[in-house]
Amino acid sequence: MDQLDMHTNASMRKRLRADKRFKLYGLAAISFALAFLVFFFVDIIGKGAPAFQQAEIQVTVHYSEAAINNYNKAVDKEYKHLVSKAWLRLVPNQIAGKPELLGQDYEEWVLAENSVDQYLKGHEGHRLKEKNQRLVDQMKTDGKVRLVFNSGFFNSGDSKLPENAGILAAAIGSVMVLLLTMLFAVPVGVMTAIYLEEFAPDNRLTQVIEVNINNLAAIPSILYGLLGLAIFINVMGAPRSSALVGGLTLALMTLPVIIIATRAALRSVPEPIREAAYGLGASSLQVVWHHVLPLAMPGILTGSIIGLAQAMGETAPLLIVGMMAYIPDAPGSIFEATTVLPAQIYTWSSESVRAFEERTAAGIMVLLTVLLTMNAIAVKFRNRSENTW
Amino acid sequence: MTSNLIENTLTVRDLKLWYGNFEALHGINLDIQKGKVTAFIGPSGCGKSTFLRCINRMNDRIAGCRVEGALLLNGQDIYDPSVDVVQLRSYIGMVFQKPNPFPKSIYENVAYAPRIHGMVKDGPEMDELVETALKRAGIWEEVKDKLQQPGTALSGGQQQRLCIARTIAVKPKVILMDEPCSALDPIATAKIEELMDELKEEYTIVIVTHNMQQAARVSDYTAYFYLGDLIEFSDTHTIFTAPANQKTEDYITGRFG
Repeated sequence: MDQLDMHTNASMRKRLRADKRFKLYGLAAISFALAFLVFFFVDIIGKGAPAFQQAEIQVTVHYSEAAINNYNKAVDKEYKHLVSKAWLRLVPNQIAGKPELLGQDYEEWVLAENSVDQYLKGHEGHRLKEKNQRLVDQMKTDGKVRLVFNSGFFNSGDSKLPENAGILAAAIGSVMVLLLTMLFAVPVGVMTAIYLEEFAPDNRLTQVIEVNINNLAAIPSILYGLLGLAIFINVMGAPRSSALVGGLTLALMTLPVIIIATRAALRSVPEPIREAAYGLGASSLQVVWHHVLPLAMPGILTGSIIGLAQAMGETAPLLIVGMMAYIPDAPGSIFEATTVLPAQIYTWSSESVRAFEERTAAGIMVLLTVLLTMNAIAVKFRNRSENTW
Repeated sequence: MTSNLIENTLTVRDLKLWYGNFEALHGINLDIQKGKVTAFIGPSGCGKSTFLRCINRMNDRIAGCRVEGALLLNGQDIYDPSVDVVQLRSYIGMVFQKPNPFPKSIYENVAYAPRIHGMVKDGPEMDELVETALKRAGIWEEVKDKLQQPGTALSGGQQQRLCIARTIAVKPKVILMDEPCSALDPIATAKIEELMDELKEEYTIVIVTHNMQQAARVSDYTAYFYLGDLIEFSDTHTIFTAPANQKTEDYITGRFG
């Protein structure tokens, strides 16, 4: 019988080495990407986490006549620079709302100035004066200083005073804009895709439309901002900076994404299903409505959610329609000026006060959480669609 | 028509079909008798499936497909502009090559067509119709306890019988079968063939098959197609024992095809 060579020879070893090298390249690439991701998360969370705590100090508050005229007089002079102006300026209103307070003195926990907050957190560049540093240290030993959960970050709007600045207005703005985007882009996009995929004849016109839709998905988003400015604000006269304009502009941007995703989902429905339904005498509408759409739905939802998530994080087109502005209050309607999460993050990132830096990072954390949640939902839908047939 | 002793369900006169500029069928003339099984045989690409799909106008869905000539169902031209293709397909059911139940429950698979055609209301009447159709298709005993389970979870042979049940639930005149057993094992195939024999009492059946033994076993009449022409059409016994045309003989004896 012939002796078969089953051992590694020179050329075989060369092949194995090439194999191993290839695996190593892949491993190196993925480690590199992972390292960046880890660095990004560590950096953002490290910077952002302190923002979820806020310093408060205990001082005697004088609800006096003097305080009504000059709110700085509501606390003793030495504490004036330790208490947040955002809190102090409300004292006259408090007295007006509750006249029995007048003439009383109370020991109260009040919002601290951002420099106190930053000093307590040990951050560089806190800008707390030497004299006040000693005072804060003294108060700390007296137990008159504490760090509490920063609920203000979640239930107030933007402010020029960092200790008073929150993300609520931007979050409400984002929700409004996103809802409007969804309301316009999803029905129009899905209907367009159904028409193109199931009903449209294959001629020159539909081919031109198809090519253009694919091109639209790839053009820079800032151009959609210019389009939105030209059409919605200049021609249709919609109010600048409003959620309406932002939502419509982002809808324009999201449309091609939704159309392409929906068409792919419709195309993935097996042809025999359509044949079976047509063969039984179902009309085109019944075939689409009863059979094709239910099967394509998970894919359509996945595509729509990913498109909307993209719109939610989009900033450039909104810059053009005036949503990148200092807007402290949550909008009451879709016609009022509003801002959105990414715009808020941008606004904070360009502030110079140290306390805004951690708020920027915290804002990024909130935005990322929302986006990751949306993507997780999209992935869930996609997994479900794989089990359908 | 009424003067004929034999009742023809389908009458085809000089039927031509083009895909764009390509003429796929060159003038087919054929009569398909009521209550019989007619088999179409021929090599791949001969036009037998294309012709089958003319009968329920499934070719309408193909862009650039054009039909000329007459195709009469009970004496009425189904290519007449006034014919509603949705209505037509309720008279001419179709079973496909690969079992294609809807990804819905077994019950829904059968109840779907009667419901969209408004035949009966949901409830006891529908239950009865579903049961009858499943019994006629010889699958009732296997599925009666799991009507709410998905039709796609059945075996291939069961799925194909479910598709037959789905088709006969509409009470069609004609059932078209496009290689209904090519994806099935011999046992499932035998069941379907048995079923065809029973169903032909009530329905006119037209079957396309690549399996000549199957054509010989199940059909009363056989048509041999070659390159878009109907070469020979006769009763099955004649075709398989004494074909008139040399081409037919070459094909059925396996010298060609």
